[in-house]
Amino acid sequence: MAFTILVDAITYASWLFVVSLGLTLVFGVLKILNIAHGSVYALGAYAAASCVAVVASWKLAPAFSLVAMLLAAAGVAAVVGPLLERTLLARFYGRDEVLLLLVTYALFLMLEDLTKLAWGVHPYFVSEPLQLFGNFALGPMRLAGYDLMLVALAAVCGVLTWAVLNRTTVGKIVLAVIHNPEMSASMGVNVQRVYTGAFTAGMFLAALGGAFTAPLVSVQPGLSVSVIVVSFAVVIIGGLGSIPGAAIGALVVGLARAASVHLMPEIELFSIYLVMAAVLMFRPEGLFQAVKARLI
Amino acid sequence: MAGGGFTAGRALAAAAGLALALSLAGLAAPQWLLFLLTMAFSHGLAVLGVVLLTRGGGATFGQGMFFAIGAYAAALLPQAAGIQDMALRIVAGTLAAGLVAAVFAPLLARYRGIFFAMLTLALSMVLFGLISKSNALGGSDGISLARGTLAGFAIPAGRSEYMLFLLTVVTSAAAGWAVVVYWHSAAGLVAQAVRANALRVEYLGASARASLGISFVLSALLGGLGGTLTALALGHVEPNMTNWTTSGEFVFVAVLAGYRSVVAVFVASVLLEVVRSFSNLYFPNTWQLALGAFLLLVILFRPDGLGSLWLARGRGAAAAPAPAAGGAAPAKPTEAAG
Repeated sequence: MAFTILVDAITYASWLFVVSLGLTLVFGVLKILNIAHGSVYALGAYAAASCVAVVASWKLAPAFSLVAMLLAAAGVAAVVGPLLERTLLARFYGRDEVLLLLVTYALFLMLEDLTKLAWGVHPYFVSEPLQLFGNFALGPMRLAGYDLMLVALAAVCGVLTWAVLNRTTVGKIVLAVIHNPEMSASMGVNVQRVYTGAFTAGMFLAALGGAFTAPLVSVQPGLSVSVIVVSFAVVIIGGLGSIPGAAIGALVVGLARAASVHLMPEIELFSIYLVMAAVLMFRPEGLFQAVKARLI
Repeated sequence: MAGGGFTAGRALAAAAGLALALSLAGLAAPQWLLFLLTMAFSHGLAVLGVVLLTRGGGATFGQGMFFAIGAYAAALLPQAAGIQDMALRIVAGTLAAGLVAAVFAPLLARYRGIFFAMLTLALSMVLFGLISKSNALGGSDGISLARGTLAGFAIPAGRSEYMLFLLTVVTSAAAGWAVVVYWHSAAGLVAQAVRANALRVEYLGASARASLGISFVLSALLGGLGGTLTALALGHVEPNMTNWTTSGEFVFVAVLAGYRSVVAVFVASVLLEVVRSFSNLYFPNTWQLALGAFLLLVILFRPDGLGSLWLARGRGAAAAPAPAAGGAAPAKPTEAAG
């Protein structure tokens, strides 16, 4: 039992980490808590479902379904990221953060209906990528290979993001913009481009999370709000704007959820927020205090 | 509300006058219009809660939670406690919402801005999940309820629509009056100061946290009140009342109405109900899309005209008139709102 819970927790935490990483990145750089993040996750899932279906109809090798999912996520990010950031969000920089929250909330409302218009309300199922990895036995347990692949994907995303931010020139520029946009601009940094890039990267992570969870869930309306609510809990537990925080937060949420699913299924979402409330009681800024959450 | 001539008595006269005029007009109104206005006013009460909380420095995306608590309390009381009377159910539903808010207030009041907003959204979605999965609460189908007596008297058959309309109008007028009086009281002014600058409030010796907590509980009471009236008018409650879509509509109307006038809240709420009744005919599948697009337009182009939510705040005031270029915008004098 404990082992099952652990495996479930880690699987759940892996894709949740990818999505939350995007949320925390966008918040860290642009100071926007993007409610529409969940919508982009859903867009990624829908786009992946469509792309995998297309690849299947071409009768390519099943391995191409993975490529299709990756391309779907990249495509969604390439369209949605610059479009939203340039045409809409850029108008509100420097304004009150609650106002920005309202703007992303309006976006969330619109994207919800737009996805329904584009893909309808019927659930989509993507099973090809699951079969690709098969199952294998570990002691008494049978593990799905796909789950392991998800964990690897999450690790790659996390390490890559960390490495880009801390080990490359681009990353140093981004960190400089995080700390002081005005000073960076006066040193010749194109702050606008950093914002667009960071936002698009965040959108890519959201869409990637959506695309690679598409095989595990039924892709249908309502996906977006559940994801934003859970990934919000992750970044609050870990501390907004912190990469290790997102990882720890995702694991904590994954554990809380898996334990309740197996022990008390009625309180699934409740358990996640119970953990969050407990963390907040003792560490109001989250486990990794990257930004100040308390204003009073 | 403008000017220094405010007295509680004058506001009471205005509220009573409006309620009387509406009640008389209701006698001539057709059944469908009565129902539409009942819905508009009962939802308007919940929006008034959002406005009150916004004015006190807290943005909420979870007002639906208290709306639903009020509604479910009104629906459950007949079976659970044998209480059939509508007046009692309204009072109980309102208090239940306030009580739940009072439990969460100490936790939530530590946060402001986006954290506060997201926590309210989270709480309401947790409640949504709990209700949807609970068999005792009717699951995702919800529960139907009967109207019962009003303050001990049986309602004559055929007049129940009008009686409920009357009840909603009178309650709304009373609540609106109470809110205006609160806004002009010392506590209401402190709440407004918390919104402008919480730190300064603390330096002046008042507790910003306590003030925000009070605003939260008051807004929950209004949400619960609106919920009970909606439940009685609809004859049905469902988990969607605490879904983000419901809370989103409250926020929408609040942005539309701005946070200075109680009357504007109810006008905006009527506007939304009218548009909604047409939307079912003309754009049934794009309701959220229309709401979101209009919300964006209001925020982009009429932030002061319809919303006036962001002009009168100290820090935001300087940046508000010049959204595009980052240069130094002339600081506008903060408008006094009372």
